[in-house]
Amino acid sequence: MPSTLQPTPNQSSPRATPSDHKVMFKINGESTTISVQPWTSLLDALRDHVGLTGTKKGCDHGQCGACTVLVNGERINSCLTFAVMRDGAEITTVEGLSDGASLSPLQEAFIKHDAFQCGYCTPGQLCSAKGLISEGHAHTDLEIRELMSGNLCRCGAYPNILAAIKEAMPLERGARS
Amino acid sequence: MNPFEYSKVTSPAQALEQIRASSHAKYIGGGTNLVDLMREAVEKPDRLVDLNAVKDLKTITRASDGTLSIGALVSNANAAYNKDVMKTHALLSEAILAGASPQLRNMATMGGNLLQRTRCYYFYDKATKCNKREPGSGCDAIKGYNRIHAVLGQSNECIAVHPSDMCVALAALNASVRVQGASGERTLQFRDFHRLPGSTPEKDSNLEADDLIVGVDLPVNGFQKTHAYLKIRDRASYAFALISVAAALEIENKTIKSCGVAMGGVAHKPWRNEALESSHLIGKPAVKETFAAFAEAFFKAAKAYEHNAFKPELGRRALVRALTEATEKATEKGGAV
Repeated sequence: MPSTLQPTPNQSSPRATPSDHKVMFKINGESTTISVQPWTSLLDALRDHVGLTGTKKGCDHGQCGACTVLVNGERINSCLTFAVMRDGAEITTVEGLSDGASLSPLQEAFIKHDAFQCGYCTPGQLCSAKGLISEGHAHTDLEIRELMSGNLCRCGAYPNILAAIKEAMPLERGARS
Repeated sequence: MNPFEYSKVTSPAQALEQIRASSHAKYIGGGTNLVDLMREAVEKPDRLVDLNAVKDLKTITRASDGTLSIGALVSNANAAYNKDVMKTHALLSEAILAGASPQLRNMATMGGNLLQRTRCYYFYDKATKCNKREPGSGCDAIKGYNRIHAVLGQSNECIAVHPSDMCVALAALNASVRVQGASGERTLQFRDFHRLPGSTPEKDSNLEADDLIVGVDLPVNGFQKTHAYLKIRDRASYAFALISVAAALEIENKTIKSCGVAMGGVAHKPWRNEALESSHLIGKPAVKETFAAFAEAFFKAAKAYEHNAFKPELGRRALVRALTEATEKATEKGGAV
């Protein structure tokens, strides 16, 4: 990565070598401590430092939603936040949605309704749908579509994603939180 | 991304201290715009001061006079779905929910939304000239692909538009912004918060370098029943506005008693013309003819470019439609019409 830092003689802080930060997360129920640089995104931390590659990097600009994870229960774009900013957070990634080999109602519904083709956006779609269900603002088809609009699917599986979420919604509410 | 130092603060006083420790330091709230701009090397702070642990800035409170105060670090989602906001300032909720995506609204903060930067393609593209990104370099938008650009209040240096939906509603609702700076706390009226580009388009707002936004205040209004947020964009959701209108009316005996009408997508800041509201709306009957005359005058000074010549006409129609929708809402609900 090219560094375009300009030297500033009147500056006392060591600008070229910012220190690593120790960050603790509880990811999918397990506590993990990693050492990251301030500019490591949460997405890169999850994939490259923790080894959880289920979360995908699509655009890296917050425009596609492939990197969606739940942080303290809220869905966010993990590409647009730095790992240091989330120290101490509870994070759920797509790897944490199932109970071992037993898939969640949402995951089962995605399979049943053929809610993906290539599958690249699916981890983000699943985490986003999980967030949508717990937020509780979507009641109609139109509202589900609007409140899933932060997740793009270039294969165009939208009608099937909608069907899967609709079916899973009451089951997820009844299942473990 | 350029390397930077990171520090976390727990109070506004600490934040101000940290921001002064370095000449290129920046505050970070939700990060939804800043992180992206840093990745593109459009923004190059050498230190980030993380405000997210400042608990005092995360509350929504109502004063005894009815003023609603929303802390600078309240997320856009928490503001939009807040019961008090929905009760007395539903126009703000509507506008916030018309913008971005649920994920982004969970992250983005009130203060950050005020400070989000233009989505002008040339501002983002370092291979092009942009006076906002690099003062004095020129503006490739003026003779370039300027479909999303300004038609009101622009200058020969910059024709970028402000991208926020939330800010359009705040302008219509007579909001004010509370700021802490070197000389203590002060309040900026919303009309004075953002700037027109003039010859210094690199400055989006009238904040001083180390100012910290602490909150947004919304005064009591008579617009609870008669308001509409209309957003026109290239796709049905999750896109910036080509044109947006926040229309707030107080109607008594079918006559407009008070109002706030602001537009997004047309200028470097949410565009409101209070003189025109006084001369063309206040005291006039709340009917289409009134709105059409207002819309005509609103865009009288408009100047369009090669690719955005549609904007004044689209804007006029959007104004009439939003004002009509607001009026009809009042009639349906049996409001004070």
